[in-house]
Amino acid sequence: MSEQVDVQPNIEQSISNDPMIKLNGVHKWFGDFHVLKDINLTVNRGERIVICGPSGSGKSTLIRCINHLEEHQQGQIFVEGTELTGDLKHVEQIRREVGMVFQQFNLFPHLTILDNLTLAPIWVRKLPKKEAEELAMKYLERVKIPEQANKYPGQLSGGQQQRVAIARSLCMNPKIMLFDEPTSALDPEMIKEVLDAMIELAHEGMTMLCVTHEMGFAKTVANRVIFMDEGQIIEEKEPIEFFNNPQNDRTKLFLSQILAH
Amino acid sequence: MSLNGKSIDLLRWMKSNLFSSSLNTLLTIISLWIIYVSVPPFIQWALLDANWVGSSRDDCSREGACWVYIGFWFKQIMYGRYPETEVWRVNVSYILLVGALIPLFISGFKHKGLLTLFLLFVYPIISYFLFIGDSFGLPLVETSLWGGLFLTLVISLVGIVASLPIGILLALGRRSSMPIVSAISIGFIEIWRGVPLITVLFMSSVMFPLFLPEGMNFDKLIRALVGVMLFSAAYIAEVVRGGLQAVPKGQIEAAEALGMSYWNTMGLIVMPQALKMVIPGIVNSFIALFKDTTLVLTIGLFDLLGTIQIIGTNADWLGFHIEGYVFTAFIFWAFCFGMSRYSMHLEKKLHTGH
Repeated sequence: MSEQVDVQPNIEQSISNDPMIKLNGVHKWFGDFHVLKDINLTVNRGERIVICGPSGSGKSTLIRCINHLEEHQQGQIFVEGTELTGDLKHVEQIRREVGMVFQQFNLFPHLTILDNLTLAPIWVRKLPKKEAEELAMKYLERVKIPEQANKYPGQLSGGQQQRVAIARSLCMNPKIMLFDEPTSALDPEMIKEVLDAMIELAHEGMTMLCVTHEMGFAKTVANRVIFMDEGQIIEEKEPIEFFNNPQNDRTKLFLSQILAH
Repeated sequence: MSLNGKSIDLLRWMKSNLFSSSLNTLLTIISLWIIYVSVPPFIQWALLDANWVGSSRDDCSREGACWVYIGFWFKQIMYGRYPETEVWRVNVSYILLVGALIPLFISGFKHKGLLTLFLLFVYPIISYFLFIGDSFGLPLVETSLWGGLFLTLVISLVGIVASLPIGILLALGRRSSMPIVSAISIGFIEIWRGVPLITVLFMSSVMFPLFLPEGMNFDKLIRALVGVMLFSAAYIAEVVRGGLQAVPKGQIEAAEALGMSYWNTMGLIVMPQALKMVIPGIVNSFIALFKDTTLVLTIGLFDLLGTIQIIGTNADWLGFHIEGYVFTAFIFWAFCFGMSRYSMHLEKKLHTGH
């Protein structure tokens, strides 16, 4: 624990005024349902942002728009200065720089762990197989499961699978990492191992956007906490401010509900 | 002691599996009776009373099966009217095929990829020149002389090997977000699925030449092959589509999030999982195709069954069609059973615990 406290000030300094992601008045509809309403958000290099809110508030949709898994219908999204449009070339180029970790892990069940990790480096980055494997082993060691390299995803626990998923994203050497409720599908005893891997990543200065209900994680790691409800950003604050002094009634209600037990 | 234990186990097994209720007891008795009245007489006829050696119908006592008949016509049944002096060319191709297939089943073999490429792209070309001849000093053997099991294998193997990739492309096309691609795929699939194979064959052999400019013509076998291939592809496409729909959306999203292109996502992530799920369905289609090749008889191509029917009309050998059909059935069964077992083996091998 003390290590985290030591390191945190160091990372604070690495945040620069260098916007990695910029959303300007983004709107999105699913049919008639208005999921995202006028979202404006800037994420600087090295910033770690936690997005929370009740279910159906559009927080997953928001981060899925950033790597174009969902298409926004109005407004602009810039990732590293490149605007996300329907143009597949741009989309693929941006996706290479933006890693994503899903709630359901989404590992490729027909491939071994090692193949899961080397697939994109080999086919997208055109890395030689040997280099890709070395890279994969490096990240598997970082998430502390190198011994599982030759197993299949189905043979791993949920926590291990999610750590593999994190390592798989890191193998693409992304500049931004998106986490879509990475611990929500896990048994309670496995949440910590995944959070630890994410905290370590934060210490390395990764730009992170994380949809999560893990408020402990938000407190220790986030620079900013964003509260969303009904497709809008309701409140956006530093963690201490956010938890101790929420302004909006809906934020207060939400916090009282999730912090009650 | 152990024997005693085993017999008690057997009794227990029989009690729980064969005689667990009065209905099951009744069904067991009926089944046993059916087996009793059908199997022993068949074995008596086909094996015990059968005549195996000889050269004419006089060597058969007619109390049991006359396998002399099959032996006498064996060349025709295997190769049709393929000239006897050239039959070695077919055999060379068989040997090549089996020789290339065996290493694929050996788990430690290293060059499986290369061998598969050889089988898919080089082997058909070699076989084509072997079969048809007219080059490399080999005399021409027209396709109208091809027949018997040889022709059955040519049609079904070409159909199987070609219909899988076409079917996969059609399945992808049908799910494509591009309206023109999906409309063309749907149209193609529904037209070919909507007509009986026999109609396809008739169209290819009778109608199709009418539309061609004068003097231009394709070999009848090639027309039939294309018909069988496209017909089967339409079915494969629907089977594969079922598999595609069963792959969770998250798999595609994960691949896309890694920056993978559409074709990489489909080829490396979606297809391997989809195909694995539909192995039984694909093999089912292949088995159906293998048996449906017998329909080429209707357009004057003499496959295994067609050859058996022709030799059944030979004046010297009238009255042996039962042997002919039993033998044909056995060959078809052996091939289909082999395919079915192989698909089960494949499913087991590819199972990775998800």
